[in-house]
Amino acid sequence: MADLKLTNVKKIYDNNVEVMRDINLDIKQGEFIVFVGPSGCGKSTLLRMISGLESISGGTLEIDGDVVNDIPPALRGIAMVFQSYALYPHMTVYDNMAFSLQIAKVNKEEIDKQVRKAADMLQLTSYLDRLPKALSGGQRQRVAIGRAIVRQPKVFLFDEPLSNLDAALRVATRMEIANLKESMPESTMIYVTHDQVEAMTLADRIVLLSAGNIEQVGAPLDLYENPANVFVAKFIGSPAMNIMPATITNSENDAELTLNTGHLVQMPIRLNSSEKGLLAQFGVRPEDLTVCQSEADTVVVEGDVSFVESLGEATLLYVKTQEGAELVVAKLAGTLQYKRGDKVSLTAKPEKMHLFNAAGDNYRRL
Amino acid sequence: MVSSANTRSPLTFVVHLTVLFLVVMWTIPTAGLFISSIRDKDQLSVSGWWTALSASEQRLVTRIEIPKDQTMENGVYVIRGNVFTQAGDSSVQQFGYSSLKPQAFEAGTKAQMKRGKTLIVQANGDYVITSPKAFKGRGQRVFYTAEVPPRFTLDNYREVLTSEGLGKSFINSLTVTIPATIIPILMAAFAAYALAWMKFPGRALMVAAVVGLLVVPLQMSLIPLLRSYNVIGEFLGTGSKTYVGIWLAHTAFGLPLAIYLLRNYIAGLPREIIESARVDGASEFDIFRKIILPLSFPALASFSIFQFLWVWNDLLIAMVFLGNNEEQLVLTGRLRELLGSRGGNWEILTASAFITIIVPLCVFIGLQRFLVRGLLSGSVK
Amino acid sequence: MGQLISALFVMSIGVLGCAVYFYGSNLLLDFCFPTKNRPHLVIARNLRITNTIRPWLFIGPALLALGFYLIFPVFDSLRLSFLDRTGENFIGFDNYRWLFSSAEFFESFKNNMLWLIVVPTAATFLGLVIATMTDRIWWGNIAKSLIFMPMAISFIGASVIWKFIYDFRSGDDAQIGLLNAIVVFFGGEPQAWITMPFWNNFFLMAILIWIQTGFAMVILSAALRGISEETIEAAVLDGANGVQIFFRIMVPQIWGTIAVVWTTITILVLKVFDIVLAMTNGQWNTQVLANQMFDWMFRGGGDSGRGAVIAIIIMVLVIPIMVWNIRRANAEMEGR
Repeated sequence: MADLKLTNVKKIYDNNVEVMRDINLDIKQGEFIVFVGPSGCGKSTLLRMISGLESISGGTLEIDGDVVNDIPPALRGIAMVFQSYALYPHMTVYDNMAFSLQIAKVNKEEIDKQVRKAADMLQLTSYLDRLPKALSGGQRQRVAIGRAIVRQPKVFLFDEPLSNLDAALRVATRMEIANLKESMPESTMIYVTHDQVEAMTLADRIVLLSAGNIEQVGAPLDLYENPANVFVAKFIGSPAMNIMPATITNSENDAELTLNTGHLVQMPIRLNSSEKGLLAQFGVRPEDLTVCQSEADTVVVEGDVSFVESLGEATLLYVKTQEGAELVVAKLAGTLQYKRGDKVSLTAKPEKMHLFNAAGDNYRRL
Repeated sequence: MVSSANTRSPLTFVVHLTVLFLVVMWTIPTAGLFISSIRDKDQLSVSGWWTALSASEQRLVTRIEIPKDQTMENGVYVIRGNVFTQAGDSSVQQFGYSSLKPQAFEAGTKAQMKRGKTLIVQANGDYVITSPKAFKGRGQRVFYTAEVPPRFTLDNYREVLTSEGLGKSFINSLTVTIPATIIPILMAAFAAYALAWMKFPGRALMVAAVVGLLVVPLQMSLIPLLRSYNVIGEFLGTGSKTYVGIWLAHTAFGLPLAIYLLRNYIAGLPREIIESARVDGASEFDIFRKIILPLSFPALASFSIFQFLWVWNDLLIAMVFLGNNEEQLVLTGRLRELLGSRGGNWEILTASAFITIIVPLCVFIGLQRFLVRGLLSGSVK
Repeated sequence: MGQLISALFVMSIGVLGCAVYFYGSNLLLDFCFPTKNRPHLVIARNLRITNTIRPWLFIGPALLALGFYLIFPVFDSLRLSFLDRTGENFIGFDNYRWLFSSAEFFESFKNNMLWLIVVPTAATFLGLVIATMTDRIWWGNIAKSLIFMPMAISFIGASVIWKFIYDFRSGDDAQIGLLNAIVVFFGGEPQAWITMPFWNNFFLMAILIWIQTGFAMVILSAALRGISEETIEAAVLDGANGVQIFFRIMVPQIWGTIAVVWTTITILVLKVFDIVLAMTNGQWNTQVLANQMFDWMFRGGGDSGRGAVIAIIIMVLVIPIMVWNIRRANAEMEGR
């Protein structure tokens, strides 16, 4: 029983800067939700508002149907894992984990039971007597997670918990968090990150934020395949989706458009007939582009190779289509023998193409 | 430090010499004081402390005790004895029987005196005085120049601690210093936490005020406070000079620095730790006691050393807010009294001065690390 | 022994009283407005109340102490400076008129200025030189500790130490003061240094310089270490020599710290009192403001008006530094 409901939640700072506008979000018990977005988008602020560390300027936050706007953090039934771990440096691992229960005046045996259970789960039992400074980064993060588990919260909040770890540890700890979720299917978890890989791999649903707004909420692959707008399309996926200006030349049946480079493309998207002649944005992911094999392939991109980046498992080609236009990136499997100045023609499957209107919103795919 | 290899040796040599010279300049005064304080007071008053290890030449005088010891030998009355009162390796160089000619005779020679008397003083101090008639009346004075070996003693300390009242003052100093160190730390720690992490109106103004008060001269406060203390003392019937009065005065005068140092430190603690405690259910008071205080230990330690040194070494506030009497005189005040009353008695002054500085010196040597850290956090940015 | 026990008793009362206030007042607040085991709405309300009250519990004692001991006296001194010696009758600017026509005041003012120029300059300069040199040698830390040590010695203790050095014996007696002994050793005439007009000021200043150089050294040494090695290495590659590196690369980078050290010592100098009181008590033209003020506080039963006027002069001299300090602190806080 830990549903969260945010209704028209707002955050306005003292200097009248509005950092969160009208956030509406329903989170079901047991979901793993990831807030993702570029830095400064407000994802951490939103998490801190849920935790109670930031006040809510407008709207309501409900946990299990109770409005908790004015309830102090400790009584909201949440636990938080901070980016810097925020371990109490002067307490042993044991005391760090026991602190919240001691404050709540839980009896000693119960505290001991809870702490040992959590320590066992996170393989921390042999470190219980150590001070945080004697632990490695990964161990510290596990203590921070253990501290959260001990409280048996309804909702776990993670604020960029992996950012301070090095790359290898990050992968390992990410898996541990995934395991943790497995072992506690009842708990709701909200996880903030700027790293889309973490978001894609961990989330049941991703909440993509930008400048205080929710851009899209959905399952990871849904965001990848059906981005609601150009922002989402460019944020999810690496390298980012290529966006090219175009004009709609035919809106009967399948959409047909002329790219500014002069190429004509068709895709299975139904438009209103009134939309003929409008400016639009054509999108295609680098990994969906392939080299034209025959005359029959529709050429989408054509130009000179400006840069070649060989990654081993793939080759990135940066293609200059027009003077002044953004370079188009293509991610081609394997190692290819292209060099600067080579002419190249690329194509893509129609069902992998995206079309956005001039304002950046996606045309609904049929 | 960067310096190219070929210029290193001569330059470094000069640096070594210069630093050595400066270190000697800075330590010699204190060393001189200490050495003087353990020298015999007769030696201290006639020779510089740097000669303490070499034998000193002293002009001394002693009076021969009369008649009961005189014996009859070969028809003359004889008194035997030794001029030195203390046993030791002293040796007589010259002697004489008149203050006009104290060095008239070499040791071991016979001096012919008036009325047929003779006097011989040996190098080891043994003397023989003879007279054809029985000695009576006041004894003969013997002047002698002696080579006295270096003599070290703790007598000076014994004297100042008991008869000069330094012992009493030492306890008075402790009575003033310990509470006047702990109370401001408590007050400042709470205030600093509030100024760093709590939200209330006027906070920024208060921080600026504390910075301003850092430099307000004590002199501004003395007259108004002295008047207030007189009124309050009369009202309470306790008089104006009380230990509580001086504790509070020292507390208040130490507070600006204490709040400033501690606030800087506490504001620098990671926000997330405090938030984490808040999520864990700790109240502000819990957070202060269980998180902030233990984590601020280094800052608390540096300030307490400052405050301890400052209160212990203070003269002005003690002179204004404590009595000038036996009951309340602190070490610094006592030392000042002695400077006036025993200005020429260096054995008293040096020993007293050393007693007043020994405690701060020990604190300083033992806890220098914290002191330096505190100084730096207060000044370098 | 009895005195020791009563002292311990008095001390524990004082310290405990303070601790009891903080502990008790906070417990009382939590007792009156509980934030545990109550309905959520009550907790939310109580929390708002305690969050409003508690800062004042924390800061209250400090605020009262600062108010009574430092802020109120500033205004009271100002008021007293317009009253007569008893502090009862208004006499307008008479005290100020007296002050500016008194030869003694001009003597102390002049001496104070001399102190202000010489002591901060000498202490900062020596501190910088020693900090630079000790950083280059292996026993630098020991040297620094020894030079820093006088910081722990009281002004009055230091005065005894130096009075002993300046000691003067007339006639043929052996000099037991180090300074005269050195003079005699080099064939000079021993002098009564402390009574030599004008120059005696410098002999008093030497004491404060001796004490404060260690302070300047410690802080400047830390600042020098904070300079990035790379800027120095870059200067070496650019062909600068040691002296040029010191004055054109290192010193400019620590200007801020030098200014802090300078002003800190300046403020101390303005308040210098113990040394003059102990060495000369202002005789032989060595009077300074703080000692003169102390003198008037008690002279002939005390003249609060004249004492207050001198205190205000000291305060006025401090104000520019105070303003500068506040500005600097504000800039720092905005930088956070």
